[in-house]
Amino acid sequence: MDYKKAGLVAGIEIHQQLDTAEKLFCHCPTAIRENTEHSGEFSRFLRATVSEMGEIDRAAKEEMKQDRLFHYYTYDTTCLVENDEEPPAPMNDEALDVCLTIGKMFNMTPVPQVHIMRKLVIDGSNTSGFQRTALIAFNGDLPNGGKIETICLEEEAAQRVKDEVFSLDRLGIPLVEITTTPCMHTPEDVQKTAEYIGMVLRSTGKVKRGIGTIRQDVNISIAAGARVEIKGVQELDLIAEVVRREVQRQQNLLTLRDELKSRGASIAKESATDITALFKETKSTVLKKAKKIHAILLPGFAGLVGREIQPERRLGSEMSDYAKKCGVGGIFHTDELPAYGVTAEEVTLLRTHMKAQPADCVIIVSGVSEKQAACAINQVIVRAQIAMSDKPVPEETRKMLESGSTAYMRPLPGAARMYPETDVLPVEIDDARWAAVTIPELLTARADRYAKEYAIDRPYALQLAGSEKLPLFERAVKDGIKPKLAAFSILSTLTELRRDGVDTKKIRDDAFLATLQAVENGQAAKEAIPDLFRSIAEGSSVADAMNKLAPSVSREELETIVRKILTDRADFIAQKGKAALGPLMGVVMAEVRGSVDGKLVSEVLRKEIEIVLDKGV
Amino acid sequence: MAVVKLDSGYNIGVPQAACTFVEHAAPSPAKPAAAAQDTKLPALSIVSTGGTIASRIDYRTGSVTSQFDANDILVAIPELAEIAHYRAIPLATILSENMTPVIWQELARAVHDEIKGGAKGIIVTHGTDTMAYSAAALSFMIDTPVPIVFVGSQRSADRPSSDNAMNAVCAAAAATSDLGEVAVVMHDSTNDDRCAIHRGTRVRKMHTSRRDAFRSLGTEPLGYVAYPSRAVTLAPEAVRRGTAKLALHDKLEPHCALIQFFPGMLPDILKAYAGYKGLIIAGTGLGHTSTALIPGLRKLTEDGTLVVMTSQCMHGRVCDRVYDTGRDLLAAGVVEGGDMLPEAALVKLMWVLGNEKNPEKARGMMQESLKGECTRRSAHGL
Repeated sequence: MDYKKAGLVAGIEIHQQLDTAEKLFCHCPTAIRENTEHSGEFSRFLRATVSEMGEIDRAAKEEMKQDRLFHYYTYDTTCLVENDEEPPAPMNDEALDVCLTIGKMFNMTPVPQVHIMRKLVIDGSNTSGFQRTALIAFNGDLPNGGKIETICLEEEAAQRVKDEVFSLDRLGIPLVEITTTPCMHTPEDVQKTAEYIGMVLRSTGKVKRGIGTIRQDVNISIAAGARVEIKGVQELDLIAEVVRREVQRQQNLLTLRDELKSRGASIAKESATDITALFKETKSTVLKKAKKIHAILLPGFAGLVGREIQPERRLGSEMSDYAKKCGVGGIFHTDELPAYGVTAEEVTLLRTHMKAQPADCVIIVSGVSEKQAACAINQVIVRAQIAMSDKPVPEETRKMLESGSTAYMRPLPGAARMYPETDVLPVEIDDARWAAVTIPELLTARADRYAKEYAIDRPYALQLAGSEKLPLFERAVKDGIKPKLAAFSILSTLTELRRDGVDTKKIRDDAFLATLQAVENGQAAKEAIPDLFRSIAEGSSVADAMNKLAPSVSREELETIVRKILTDRADFIAQKGKAALGPLMGVVMAEVRGSVDGKLVSEVLRKEIEIVLDKGV
Repeated sequence: MAVVKLDSGYNIGVPQAACTFVEHAAPSPAKPAAAAQDTKLPALSIVSTGGTIASRIDYRTGSVTSQFDANDILVAIPELAEIAHYRAIPLATILSENMTPVIWQELARAVHDEIKGGAKGIIVTHGTDTMAYSAAALSFMIDTPVPIVFVGSQRSADRPSSDNAMNAVCAAAAATSDLGEVAVVMHDSTNDDRCAIHRGTRVRKMHTSRRDAFRSLGTEPLGYVAYPSRAVTLAPEAVRRGTAKLALHDKLEPHCALIQFFPGMLPDILKAYAGYKGLIIAGTGLGHTSTALIPGLRKLTEDGTLVVMTSQCMHGRVCDRVYDTGRDLLAAGVVEGGDMLPEAALVKLMWVLGNEKNPEKARGMMQESLKGECTRRSAHGL
């Protein structure tokens, strides 16, 4: 695919949760909880309101096609601010500082005075119906010549538990939003830029880690297409694929429009009708349950509604997403029927009833009421009209599906969705505050330094630099522990133990360091580290673990142990000669139970074997 | 700093010196047209006084103020048109902390005129801070055959989560119901599931910001309005539509005050009330001040000030016959205020002194229930 020829233009928005002590506009901790721990529930309706410009935002309007009651879980770590029952506290200074640090790392210009805004979001994820957000700095540089447009500080939304149930633990956690200009032209560009920005964010040491703590939104358009914002790409590896698929989708929608035009396709609006009676005896569970079934004829659409425009996505899927805004489960179209319990006879009956020619497609929707079914048919008409229009790719906010394909969420929001948060005073960023912001070392620079200073492999060093345990590593090195031993213990040993089901969080930093120190002092063997950690994680003190697993063994004691083992295995040595060393290492190590370093064991064992062999000769 | 709105919708503050004048902004969009109304539905009047239910952002100060009229409310809350048809009476656009007895009187007259003109119910939109005072004031000033329903909102009307729509819809339902007295209709809990109907003389704002801040104290609410069904249920105690004959008694004595006693309160404070016609004390516990205040209180009553004792406990009944201090207060001429809420007692005192010139009769009126402000039995605890 020649993306340049396709006219691909892409930008990204990165949302990263900050690891501050308190939330952005209240004094609750930024702790993520288990849903089962919730201490209370409440429920509310949200309604679209008129903006300061006297209009209702189009994205908000779309969400309001049905009355929706939202349910919220509260916790002993949430308060009345999350419940939208108390005015917000002043903006969290710690979060603003982290945001300024990030801005400075990208060489940005801070705004002289930060104004907090309310961005309308009425999908239920914000109890207030808006998200508080503020523009902090603008005009930043990326190393590949790209530009960062803005950095904003906003409050994280509530986490959807399921359907219309939300959990308030996440609501209000500070979130930085970094928006690039549309400066990227290949899928790989987009992915690399996202990786770089993620690395810069982690360099601050003040961002949350783990699944869901960073999310990428991608803005994509191609020549003759339209700007589409794809929300919530959580895995970096998928970004390039998402871009590829969106280019494919837009191109296919353009081709589809040309084909509709050349076929002279149309929308028989007047054909929209109630066909509930046709499916009275149906075996289709969906249609059987429906109170009202409506249908519409799309002349010339046959085969195109069901044609794939992106893996697993069809024009029919787009119509279905639009219809779902009225609360229906989706649509059926004749390109995919008979299926879903609808028989061939029923399809023939339907086509005859709707006077469909072979080139025509019939769409049916089922709803709980006349109003809902009519609303859904209307949405199908809207989407079909777009497919035939001069701009067959609508400007949309879409959500990523698991595979990297996308589904429609709502129209792109307009500027009408933003108005001032009057409950929070503006914050000035004067020269002194900006000058006081210090830039942390980039993780990549740090990795280079480790590679050079400590002779740690570059990929390993990079992994270490990006690790949450980095402060522990630095402390270990300062305490005189060999950097390689510290790095290995952090990156490999702890990870492997964790994978084995050991609760490594129970190993406190002090215990971790004391264990490595014992190894450095020769009190325990390197090989004993996993067992020592395991024992400590199970509740032993370092001293107890050492006594149990690595009782001190003197050189003399070691020699005695080795001699006994050699005597017991005289035949084996006679047979293998010096090659007995390898197999016998394990036997001796098991006997000394990790108290002696492997090197010393090897040295003593070799010497004793030589003595035995000498004697034998 | 000058506030600059960017194309993205964000505002930022920029030093004024860095800004260049380009042109005056285009005028704001025209006001919405009057909302369509079904005249077959009951006639209600919405008297707007301001408050959060009708608040908008003031671009001059950047804060929330009340600059909204009744028609704006109809446009913003279309469900109201399914319940009744409305006359909109813009009386004031003030935040309720700026309310005065003079405006209570104007409000009472406006409401009286609307009922006389055929309104089957009245909705008064009001800021929540002093809504309970105004509701009490109208309770005393108007004998009403129809519901007079005060409503407000705790969370600003601009936000999608505002309680204004549900409160207003429930208020309209209550105003078309069988109720026949002055009431406050507000959220019953933090959920959007029902509003409570509170008697105007027994209601109090008990939280600074929660939706369910309004509570009936010492009594159960008069009823509830379910949402979104709008079904109204009334308690047997609620006065029914048509019980009273319309009458207006709009005199008030403004020289009245409410003071809260606190330990160590200096007796000098009482001198400030010399010449006042009436004084409500929110005393401690069963209705006490310190012994040190008693001479000052005696001086006031001797000089013709009607002094009435209530309790800062909010819940429960005053009894000045249990402890010595209480008996001394009674001896000093202080009147027990029963289980009246201090604020309702203040408004009642203004009304009683405005309408009854005989001091003995006035004292008596302060101890009997005129509009449900005090009960003979303490049926409810906390």
